[in-house]
Amino acid sequence: MSVATKSEKIQRLAELTATKETGTGASLWREAFRRLKRSKMAIIGAIIISLFVVLAIVGPYIAPHAATAQAWRGEVFPNRGEFVGPRGENWFGLDHLGRDMFSRMLIGARQTLLVGIIATMIGLVTGFLIGGISGAAATLGGDAGKRIDSVIMRFIDMLLAMPSLLLAVSIAAIMGQSLTTVMIAVGVVQIPVFARLLRGSMLAQGGADYVLAAKSLGVRKRRIVVSQIIPNSLSPVIVQATLSLATAIIEAAALSYLGLGNPDPAIPEWGVMLTQAQRFFDNAPLMALYPAVGIIITALGFTLFGEAMREALDPKLRG
Amino acid sequence: MLRLVVRRLLQLIPTLLGLSVLLFLWLDRLPGGPASAILGEKATEAEVIRINRALGLDQPVYVQYWRFLKRIAELDLGTSTQTGQPVWDEFVLRFPATVELALLGILIAVAVGIPLGYLAARHRGGWLDVTAVSGSLVGICIPVFFLALILKQIFAVELGIFPSYGRQDTGIDATSVTGFAVLDGVLTGEIDAAWDALMHLILPSVALASIPLAVIVRMTRASVLEVQDEDYVRTAEAKGLKRSVVRGRHVLRNAMLPVVTAVGLLTGSLLSGAVLTESVFSFGGIGSFLRTAIDGRDYPVLVGFIMFIALVYVLINLLVDVAYSLIDPRVRVY
Repeated sequence: MSVATKSEKIQRLAELTATKETGTGASLWREAFRRLKRSKMAIIGAIIISLFVVLAIVGPYIAPHAATAQAWRGEVFPNRGEFVGPRGENWFGLDHLGRDMFSRMLIGARQTLLVGIIATMIGLVTGFLIGGISGAAATLGGDAGKRIDSVIMRFIDMLLAMPSLLLAVSIAAIMGQSLTTVMIAVGVVQIPVFARLLRGSMLAQGGADYVLAAKSLGVRKRRIVVSQIIPNSLSPVIVQATLSLATAIIEAAALSYLGLGNPDPAIPEWGVMLTQAQRFFDNAPLMALYPAVGIIITALGFTLFGEAMREALDPKLRG
Repeated sequence: MLRLVVRRLLQLIPTLLGLSVLLFLWLDRLPGGPASAILGEKATEAEVIRINRALGLDQPVYVQYWRFLKRIAELDLGTSTQTGQPVWDEFVLRFPATVELALLGILIAVAVGIPLGYLAARHRGGWLDVTAVSGSLVGICIPVFFLALILKQIFAVELGIFPSYGRQDTGIDATSVTGFAVLDGVLTGEIDAAWDALMHLILPSVALASIPLAVIVRMTRASVLEVQDEDYVRTAEAKGLKRSVVRGRHVLRNAMLPVVTAVGLLTGSLLSGAVLTESVFSFGGIGSFLRTAIDGRDYPVLVGFIMFIALVYVLINLLVDVAYSLIDPRVRVY
């Protein structure tokens, strides 16, 4: 080995990776993808998610009316309980301020998706960093590492000991009412979940034979963590991220219900719309049903896909 | 077992201390304060300063924290800045309401969820299985407050079967012994009071049960499916044990392990759900009170209540671990 030139080494590496790809043993991911394609749950979930994403992208452009256009204000009298239901001009009827519900639903899809994605990203990235450090310290850091891991985990436990919604409410209270606040508040709540998951998964991988092999070959610790342990610990985190998209959309709606949603009427969001509509539930239940059904179906799409992914990635079910 | 309990109780101390530090840092960052919340927009600077001095808020945060620790050592949690009542009294007044709600909620979830999950697994692929699984998937996706609103609209407003708000009808003159309205009614023999309180509990706890129920159904189902193919189940069947014995002792008992853990972890989400259901049904528990405490910047209440919630959460999970080791001798720690 010592006489091998750099190009020889690269050549060997190329050969090694080449056999891996053409080999008969499918990778975990490829096999998971194959099983996902066969799963009814995954397909329904994927269809819902794609429809929602398309809606979020084109919705604001195809909406027949502006979100704030109160063109039919004179026809709606919330005080008297007079509302306008679905009709030719306004497919979903009008809301309490005489705005077109159909347009607001279309425009709101984008905000709803954005809240879900950004909140989940905040939770995922931060949780990934914390959990990754903790897991790396615990698996390869020796005694000092175990202490670091235990301190970090106690901190995570403290965050988990607080009911998530209260944590979100208090973060929102610190930051004031805005869309960013909702995203951050919902995202922070997810941090401990991701951190625990990645750490737990890394600990489980830490004792694996391939880690031992890498260690005895003298591979640097940082490299073992980054290129061996973390890639193999990812699947539960990815499943959780998909499921979190659903939770984030629901939690954002809950924050709106508690009066901490985005107050800007020009940027409708389904959670806020649902909250506003529930006051008129007696006389105009449809006004609440549209955003509610939107939220439920979207959350269902992410949940179905996440659950199908969990099943597809479960090594126990491989075969 | 005793060692496990003692060790876990000792671990509580640093956790609670850490949490209280976090809480103080958080409260220090909150904009506004009790003074402006009490005085409203008419607050003059002199009045704000006076109130802050009276509450000790003019001191740096570490001095406040030190005072808090000294008070805690004397078991004094301070006074609510909103109501002027001691935090402990406020807690005792409201905690039973939330406990009743959460208990009934988790009871519904367990009583319906475990049999349903078990039956779904036994008849895998049948209509019951499909309904249970898809129902639980939808159940997770319905926002709790929306479900609460729908239930309230249908069963309280339209059909009038259940009351739509509060813990007990104001017309009922119930004697309070423990603060648990249903229990009090039973203890004092005022059956109509107990019944009325129970009726008030049904809708909020059904709404609250939705998510735990969905989780428990699916966990039980998955767990039973996994366990019933184990070798020891086949062995038990092969040696001619009665079916009911195999199902009870071998399948169900082993399948319960992950479910028990899940129930413990669900308490946290139950408290979050309580904040929402309590506000839909104007149910005077700690959830809705905490919500107003945040708006009113009621620092003593926030610190006291949240620490109590954390304490309860940790204790419940300790209880779960004890239950776990009772069900599964393999993890018994002596």
